[in-house]
Amino acid sequence: MPSFVGSTVGLASDFLEWFGSLGIFAWQVLRAAVTPPFEGRELVRQLDEIGSKSLPLVAMAGAAIGAVLSMEARASLTRFGAKAMLPSAIVYSVVLEMGPIITGLVVSGRVGAGIGAELASMKVTEQIDAIEASAINPYRLLAATRILACVLMLPLLTLAADACGVFTGWLTQTLFEPVSFRQFINNGFSGATFNDFLPPTFKTAVFGLIVGLIACFQGMRTRGGAEGVGRAATNSVVLSSLFVILGDVVLVKFIQVFFP
Amino acid sequence: MATSIDIANSQDQREIDGSAPVLAVKNLYKSFEGHKVLNGISLSINRGETLAVLGRSGTGKSVLLRLIIGLVQPDTGSVCIHGQDIAGLTLDQLGAFRMKMGFLFQHAALYDSLTVGENVAFPLDHHRREMSRPDKAERVKQLLAEVGMESAIDKMPSDISGGMQKRVGLARALALEPEILLLDEPTAGLDPISSGEIDELVLKLQREHQMASIVVTHDLHSAKTIANRLALLDKGIVVIEGDFEELQHSNIEFVREFLKQA
Repeated sequence: MPSFVGSTVGLASDFLEWFGSLGIFAWQVLRAAVTPPFEGRELVRQLDEIGSKSLPLVAMAGAAIGAVLSMEARASLTRFGAKAMLPSAIVYSVVLEMGPIITGLVVSGRVGAGIGAELASMKVTEQIDAIEASAINPYRLLAATRILACVLMLPLLTLAADACGVFTGWLTQTLFEPVSFRQFINNGFSGATFNDFLPPTFKTAVFGLIVGLIACFQGMRTRGGAEGVGRAATNSVVLSSLFVILGDVVLVKFIQVFFP
Repeated sequence: MATSIDIANSQDQREIDGSAPVLAVKNLYKSFEGHKVLNGISLSINRGETLAVLGRSGTGKSVLLRLIIGLVQPDTGSVCIHGQDIAGLTLDQLGAFRMKMGFLFQHAALYDSLTVGENVAFPLDHHRREMSRPDKAERVKQLLAEVGMESAIDKMPSDISGGMQKRVGLARALALEPEILLLDEPTAGLDPISSGEIDELVLKLQREHQMASIVVTHDLHSAKTIANRLALLDKGIVVIEGDFEELQHSNIEFVREFLKQA
């Protein structure tokens, strides 16, 4: 029993220490990000790396979700005699929740692991020290640019996932029962306002912040050679995915309260 | 409030007057997780001088260099560049002082996603933004020529040998024309011929640029070749400091043992 209490206290202490270090890291990145010189070229490179190169994966994930939702919702709605609601069910499901969360998780997997491993590898081979020794702030060059790129690209990637999801939702429905794309969209978006769609899309900027911040933090605090690099990559994915899901719970409630 | 650049520049005048050493460390203490690494080290170095820091592995030689450039903060003591203590400065404040220093890492620490040329251009891209692209390209070629690596300008660091990587690291360290050069084990892991080439290169650069240099090494032959003064570290303190003759004639048991084994 005492060992259980001891290990629980130890875990809680590690967790608090991790959070404290993350807070200090976030403050250092924020301070570096708002003071010149700004690393515009590196930001553009990261926008391409994180945005353009994640697009195919995000688009495919969105398309798969749209198709699956269409098949599942069709069976359920037909059973309850509400087949006419199918376009709305697909559009709302994809745009309100499935598109944003799938994009967040896919990016946390691809980008989180990439950033975590890249920075961890730079750390253990003293490349980050070399940057610092060259009088360049590594928080500005490496962390701020990657985090900002994640924040800016996540909503755009979400729009792509949403578009692919809605399109394959229509395509799947058409295979069972032909309907024009215009009619599907009209039915799906009937009665919808910007308030319904903008907050769920832009909440993914917070997912981007979570993924970028945790991946950079895990990468830049790595110790211990190849094993440390592997650990940093794994922890980046696991922790950023976990915090994206937890963050989603908070953000959904926030959106319901402030954008009813 | 004076910026770090103002402070650094005001101290330059003292250096020109000859009233302050380029670099001085005083009573430097550093421990990691309760393990004392440096136990009150004091050293100073003037322009054009090369100091070799010798000692067994784990005696804090590399930690000393990392403290000097501010990658690690001391527990107590001071690191003065042109008389200005840099301990406790923020990352951005340290920048002005770091631009006066060039650092060659033990494993060169070249950026593996950049070519050799881009590695050397990296400090110029960030600190010489006013330089035109052709001027930067010319400067990179000139730096690589100085270390005999101009033919590798488009190669990736992974495609060149360890000795070549150190040469490129040296070219990168010289990019901003530093006043202080810090070399961490420049000949470690190299064959005798490559070691000799690196030593010759360091001597040539010393003659041409007249920098103050600190070379951390456990290669006594290399230290004897390139340094004016040697400092021998043991258990976190400087056991003896002087030229090679002084070390040879020392009666201190550790010094005699070290020279015998080396």
